Amino acid sequence: MNQPAPAPSAPTLPASLAANPKLSSWLKLPSSGKVTVSPGKVEIGQGIVTALAQIAADELDIDLSRVQMIRASTAVSPNEGVTSGSLSIQQSGRALRHACAEVRQIFLRQAAERFGVGIDALHIEDGIISGPGNVRTSYWELADEVSLDRDATPGVTPKIATSRTLAGHSVQRIDIPDKVLGRPRFIHDRALAGMLHGRVLRPQHARAKLRELNEDGARAVAGLVAIVRDGSFAGVVSETEHGAEAALNALRKGATWSDGELLPDENDLASFLKAQPSESTVIGKKTAASPGTVARTIRRQYTRPYIAHASIAPSCAIAQWDGDRVHVWTHSQGVYLLSADLALVLNLPVENITVEHLEGAGCYGHNAADDVALDAVLLAKSAGGRPVRVQWSRQGEMSDAPFGAAMAIEIEADLDAQGEIIDWRHSIWSNGHAARPGRAAQPALLAAFELENPFPRMVSTNPPQVNGGGGDRNSVPLYDFPSWHIESHRLTTMPIRTSALRTLGGQGNVFAIESILDEIAAECGEDPVAFRLRHLRDERAKDVIRAAAARAGWKPEKQPGIGHGIGFGRYKNTGAYCAAIAEIEGAEWISVRKLTLAIDVGEAINPDGVINQIEGGAIQATSWVLKERVRFDGERITSTSWTEYPILRFSEVPDVEVEVIQRPDMDPVGAGEAAHGPVTAAIANAVFDALGVRVRDLPITRDRIIAAMDLSS
Amino acid sequence: MPSVRFRLNGVELEIDADPDRSLLDILRGHLGMTGPHFGCGAGECGACNVIVGDRAISACDTPLWSVADKDVTTIEGLGTSERPHPLQRAFIAEQALQCGYCVSGILISAAALLKRNPSPTSREVKEALDRNLCRCGSHNRMVRAVLRAAEEMAAG
Repeated sequence: MNQPAPAPSAPTLPASLAANPKLSSWLKLPSSGKVTVSPGKVEIGQGIVTALAQIAADELDIDLSRVQMIRASTAVSPNEGVTSGSLSIQQSGRALRHACAEVRQIFLRQAAERFGVGIDALHIEDGIISGPGNVRTSYWELADEVSLDRDATPGVTPKIATSRTLAGHSVQRIDIPDKVLGRPRFIHDRALAGMLHGRVLRPQHARAKLRELNEDGARAVAGLVAIVRDGSFAGVVSETEHGAEAALNALRKGATWSDGELLPDENDLASFLKAQPSESTVIGKKTAASPGTVARTIRRQYTRPYIAHASIAPSCAIAQWDGDRVHVWTHSQGVYLLSADLALVLNLPVENITVEHLEGAGCYGHNAADDVALDAVLLAKSAGGRPVRVQWSRQGEMSDAPFGAAMAIEIEADLDAQGEIIDWRHSIWSNGHAARPGRAAQPALLAAFELENPFPRMVSTNPPQVNGGGGDRNSVPLYDFPSWHIESHRLTTMPIRTSALRTLGGQGNVFAIESILDEIAAECGEDPVAFRLRHLRDERAKDVIRAAAARAGWKPEKQPGIGHGIGFGRYKNTGAYCAAIAEIEGAEWISVRKLTLAIDVGEAINPDGVINQIEGGAIQATSWVLKERVRFDGERITSTSWTEYPILRFSEVPDVEVEVIQRPDMDPVGAGEAAHGPVTAAIANAVFDALGVRVRDLPITRDRIIAAMDLSS
Repeated sequence: MPSVRFRLNGVELEIDADPDRSLLDILRGHLGMTGPHFGCGAGECGACNVIVGDRAISACDTPLWSVADKDVTTIEGLGTSERPHPLQRAFIAEQALQCGYCVSGILISAAALLKRNPSPTSREVKEALDRNLCRCGSHNRMVRAVLRAAEEMAAG
């Protein structure tokens, strides 16, 4: 969909603004010289707050330093759902651009009236409105005469791309100085007056029930305020964090648990996924006008394991009750969604719950941020109105938070006698990739499943295709094949808890598609870049491939032990275009030496921010591909520390080069998830180029490479 | 309660606390310093790194007693808003982070490196930071920032 920004002749409000039309909910002019901007999206380490500030400053013609960004809160912010899916620039950015453009117009009209001149005679520079005869006023001088408590109207035209001075230019992120100077910025660092500390007891074995709890040991720990138990949910509240840890350890010794539920065989995920009851959906179907004659069929299976969010910080929340009202501080991606789920669990009107965002560590999807918020709310009930801060352990973070879902993907490609692809069948078996709070009649929060009167455990679903799908994300080929059939099988059982992790199914599907294409190209003796370009019609798609290829000097001369591979994808098939070329080295142990990427996000608001996101995505994907796999035995998750769940280290990180294809006239889209699929495929294809073997099960470890070599010899 | 004396960011302190408690717990829980971050509690991620003597160590698995009479430097002692450390300036210049939760520990590891090796190679920087984990993938920017700071410090 190569659509430029909507033409002014078709006036509609951006969706986020239509849902929250009051202009004052987006921005205010509180005091001289400042503008407060209040988006519904939150900072999760991606730099969104800066990009949104750029958009606002640009549209209002004020210096960036005048913009104060307000953290999202259900008390004051527009409800923009969840900060996910690389949609913040698309949704919040467009809404804010429109709202600011309208506010600018409102003030211009007011100034024009005051001076008795036409709007066109006025000029705004850093908030100062001036006109003929040296007349001058400012947003702040006029603020009392203008009410922004009015609804946005369609038809306001934001500035054209060439008139923007901030959007499209790299600016320094506004949150970085605090973080580099060690100032308290994270929720973990927030100390409220009278704050207590809580810890929650959870079973090692999956879904075990708490049978008995001897509280004596915990009661003897200094500083103990309360022991909370409700069914299998149990925890402690203490005057100090140290005391809470000690009381929890004592409580653990006094706990007797039932047996857990059985977990699948971690070494045969494909068989497990395919054997489970599932709900099947046809995702895409295309029939050739004149079917060709099938000469042969290539059938391949690809898998990816469960992947942990593995944020560097364990999840944390603070809750404080005041009568039947509760205030929650959280690093959740969706303050409104969390408040809806809390209302379900607490059986309270949602108005009684205020949820306020504070930054956490990097967030790559639905992690334990929401779970720990309910933990804090439940423990704080016993705190006599004092705030309770709860922080999970590293072990809890690695085992009790939702994981990215494992996937088995089968692709069959029919080739004609000339080796051309004439039919294509793609099938996915996977748990759903979304079980976010606030979207169902039942809560999605861990403690809700553990209470004496528990809510049923949510089984993950997939977002609808119009939102990019879930397990099926990126499964419809971007290539011009004459015929295809795409089918997704979503498991209706869920022994291992899954929910949204960066790209949802996109990484697995792009890995599968780009791997088998590479195989077909190699069999035909065709260069993999040329092969892709020949099968693409979308020039933006071809441009990122050509740009990455040119930058990487495709194809470098063959050297022993070195391999090069390419991967391409357009995130969700509607978002950012990304091509990646990987250079790897090694034999049984491989290292990724270099990744060269080209990215097209339409208008890149903060190009350095886009590069930062793509670099980060590429490095995280490399970590997923080379190292990451949630481990479990029959009863419990076993990868509960950094030793058992290793991620890429500094010495293993590839050089990353990113080329941004700037398209100022195209709607901006997010960059955070664009690189994962293409990088995954590029590395796998480079392994083949170097070693002559195809590894189709992620992660690509030494054992997997040896197994592939054994198979091919 | 026994007491332990040490110097924190150049200031003499006497702490009355169980000497077996972790240094991180003392810094964050007792002294209210939020620069060093809790990440794993097992010395595996480096988010809580502080400099003791001239080496970066993880504060979460370092008992208080072991820093008796020693010099401890946290991110708060590295530089200030008015006078940031060259590393802090370089991290801002290179925009060398995404979420930034790991960054105070990484700055500490880098500062310890530059003390013992003022002009490291890129490989030496990576080796010095290899026990620090970053999940957002900002590694290369961080390495560039450390090299930039080293150059700036060498130039005086």
